[in-house]
Amino acid sequence: MNAAAEAIANNGVRASDRPPHNPLPCPSDWTFELINTYHEAIDKTARRYKLDTYANQLEIITAEQMMDAYASVGMPVLYRHWSYGKQFISTEKSYRRGQMGLAYEIVINSDPCISYLMEENTLPMQALVIAHAAYGHNSFFKGNYLFRMWTDASSIIDYLVYAKNYIAECEERHGVEAVEATLDSCHALMNHGVDRYRRPQKLSMVREQAMRAEREAYMQRQINDLWRTLPRQASKKAEGGPMRFPEEPQENILYFIEKNAPLLEPWQREVVRIVRKVAQYFYPQRQTQVMNEGWATFWHYTLLNTMYDDGLLTDGFMVEFLQSHTNVVFQPPPGQGGFRAFNPYALGFAMYSDIRRICESPTDEDRAWFPDIAGSDWQKTLDYAMRNFKDESFVGQFLSPTLMRRFRLFSVMDDESESEMEVSAIHDDSGYRHLREALARQYDLNHREPNIQVYSVDIRGDRSLTLRHTRDNNRPLGESTAEVLKHVARLWGFRVVLESVDGSGSVVRQWVAPPPE
Amino acid sequence: MLQQIIDRRLSGKNKSIGNRERFLKRYRGQIREAVRRAVSGRDIRDINQGENVTVPKRDVGEPVFSHGSGGTREYVVPGNQDFTRGDRIARPQGGGGGGSGEGEASPDGEGEDDFVFTLSREEFMQYFFEDLALPHLIKTQLAETPEWKSRRAGFTGDGTPNNIHVVRSMRGALGRRIALGGERRRQLRELEARLAEARKNPNTLPNEIAALEEQIEVLKRRLSTIPYLDPIDLRYRNRVRVPLPTSKAVMFCVMDVSGSMNEARKDIAKRFFILLYLFLTRHYERTDIVFIRHHTQADEVNEHDFFHSVETGGTVVSSALALMVDIIKERYPSGEWNIYGAQASDGDNWGQDSLKCREMLHNDILPLLRYFAYVQVADGEQSLWSEYAALAEQVEHFAMRKIESPADIYPVFRDLFKKEGTT
Repeated sequence: MNAAAEAIANNGVRASDRPPHNPLPCPSDWTFELINTYHEAIDKTARRYKLDTYANQLEIITAEQMMDAYASVGMPVLYRHWSYGKQFISTEKSYRRGQMGLAYEIVINSDPCISYLMEENTLPMQALVIAHAAYGHNSFFKGNYLFRMWTDASSIIDYLVYAKNYIAECEERHGVEAVEATLDSCHALMNHGVDRYRRPQKLSMVREQAMRAEREAYMQRQINDLWRTLPRQASKKAEGGPMRFPEEPQENILYFIEKNAPLLEPWQREVVRIVRKVAQYFYPQRQTQVMNEGWATFWHYTLLNTMYDDGLLTDGFMVEFLQSHTNVVFQPPPGQGGFRAFNPYALGFAMYSDIRRICESPTDEDRAWFPDIAGSDWQKTLDYAMRNFKDESFVGQFLSPTLMRRFRLFSVMDDESESEMEVSAIHDDSGYRHLREALARQYDLNHREPNIQVYSVDIRGDRSLTLRHTRDNNRPLGESTAEVLKHVARLWGFRVVLESVDGSGSVVRQWVAPPPE
Repeated sequence: MLQQIIDRRLSGKNKSIGNRERFLKRYRGQIREAVRRAVSGRDIRDINQGENVTVPKRDVGEPVFSHGSGGTREYVVPGNQDFTRGDRIARPQGGGGGGSGEGEASPDGEGEDDFVFTLSREEFMQYFFEDLALPHLIKTQLAETPEWKSRRAGFTGDGTPNNIHVVRSMRGALGRRIALGGERRRQLRELEARLAEARKNPNTLPNEIAALEEQIEVLKRRLSTIPYLDPIDLRYRNRVRVPLPTSKAVMFCVMDVSGSMNEARKDIAKRFFILLYLFLTRHYERTDIVFIRHHTQADEVNEHDFFHSVETGGTVVSSALALMVDIIKERYPSGEWNIYGAQASDGDNWGQDSLKCREMLHNDILPLLRYFAYVQVADGEQSLWSEYAALAEQVEHFAMRKIESPADIYPVFRDLFKKEGTT
């Protein structure tokens, strides 16, 4: 089917040794055959680099469908909720006004891995997307330890179908408003509905359905038991000081609510569970943005360049590809008003390229900083780095002084009690370690999101729930706290208190949400 | 194993419609408010379009626990130009860290702006007419059961045998035969010429002639395999079904433009007409408007003159009604047209004329009309009001109200066209 690619495979000559010839056809409009041809060539190249991927499923979609996918957090199916409608409306608005181009691709962590190719893309763009999504992201999904541990790619689509049907069923049975209210409350707590350390059970539609009825009945019994029997236990323990429930603070607020909220209906518990599972599914993605995008960018760059060296790609193709590539990895310079956040594509791409450089041509400095990897086989090292880290540890481990100098990194300390901010480190010998630690911390979700845990339940009194926020670096909670607390109260059914505790353990601020009507 | 490319383009567009509906439902209050404001602010020509609806950002927000400003935080940022360690920098305005990688700046960069979105024209109308329905609608005349008419639309390559277009098909076949056989026929002619020459020439060897004859035979056989008529030659007459406008409506706008109708009153009247017009365009495939203005005599005018010309003088309402009757007779036979009348006035009329108006309406106009609405844009009750009031009691499809300020228009309009059965 593809003469050029076959030729390389068959004659075994190092393609870069010969002048580029016999390139793949490159009109700007794509056809199914051409996508197939390119995909085959990219696949061959990726195999040469030993990229391990799930099977690929490429889907051609329209811009409107892309916006649909955007609106449902990139998933092909998702339950209905007004917030996705809002998302859709704002996406559509910016797209129609031309303020925003749509992303070239969306890729779904599923097995087979689904990549969306937008119909508007030119052929070089489609090839770029295939290399980026279907080989870059795909191999990341399959290899990275967080994804291996937390998500089950083979069953996610099934589970989402189950969730969508279940929620539609609930809407029919209990009314759209009631379901929407429950979902709103769950969404408010979504970021606090993940197990950060424990491994969740795998999702599967068939099992979920089979287990649901049983679970609902069982849980309701459990909860009733909790409230019925606890006072008795408490009186037994009376001498040992006041009984605490839960015994240990709980980080997964949604899980705690699902299992223990006294007044939730069985279907509401199931809704809480669904939101929790979806949050858990996205948890690895939130922790590996730099790594994931960097990996995909590194590979589309490497694969397409290799293909060019093999004489498969025309110069025109490369110009268009490189233009898109440079847009993607563009790190905007600091603006007038303040500092710019990192572009995860830029940082990730630079880091993987830098690791390769350290492996292939290390300097003395690299040997001092990275004795283990300097001069090693770059493919193995990169593969290791991709598999075993998340953004925080990846930056902490692999950000090199070379890169810090290149990005001209510096860190700024903003202390509320000071009138001005202070530059705490710059890209020099005394600053490298500090910068690296600070940047790693910046990608630590535990640092980015406030640490709020279920602290206690007043089981003998008014059943109020107390949450505790432990301040990180004395940072207070934002303005929406009281609103979120109302949502917690709606799910819990009784009074909810949130205490903000500073470093010394004393309560600095308290919010109270009354029990819902 | 390698790949499957799936073309999803034709499947499931508008997957987000359900979500959009939920969103609109949630902000129904704000949307209705926006629709109401839009209606009172627009021109009749612009009314037929969508509308931007603004919802305050805090209302559409989805709260989550997050860090507020304050405390100690450290950012690592690229692009150092001339800082060294220990330098002091003034805090950027706007508090916080100026979006420095903490994920607190809103991702769409819209900041604290309101959430603005566009209601499509259909949605706009939907909200506007939510629980209204035209009184006395004749269901069969509405678009629900449209009449279709089939119309010729060129030729196609497939169809049923009864639609075969013989001339076109044969023409195609002829072209194809020429195109496919041309080269061989030319060779055949050449060979035949050579054969004729060879036969004339006594020196020719017999086997040469035999070879030529054989080649000619082969060519002839080949030529005979070109089919006379091939399925690809067939052309069929293409017919498409087009909806036939089954229901047509005409709306008569009758307005008093005498001196006592000031700009504010005209403005109110205009909005009333707009609403009726919109309502009709939604229910009828074609809606005409006839503008009749009157003082002591009536004219049919265009929209601009209707709303903007200033006249002085007294008022004789019946002149307008008489003109309306004439126009109906001349151009809008009531068997084909659904006729609606809307009249706005400040209630002034020449004393003796009001009774005449009532009679004209009752005898000549109302029997032809689906509905007639009268609004009085001033407070007092003069002879016209009382005569009309008496009429309203007898005739079901005649309605009248008073409108005092622009804010009254919307409820009055809804009241006029309240869904039947809900009153």
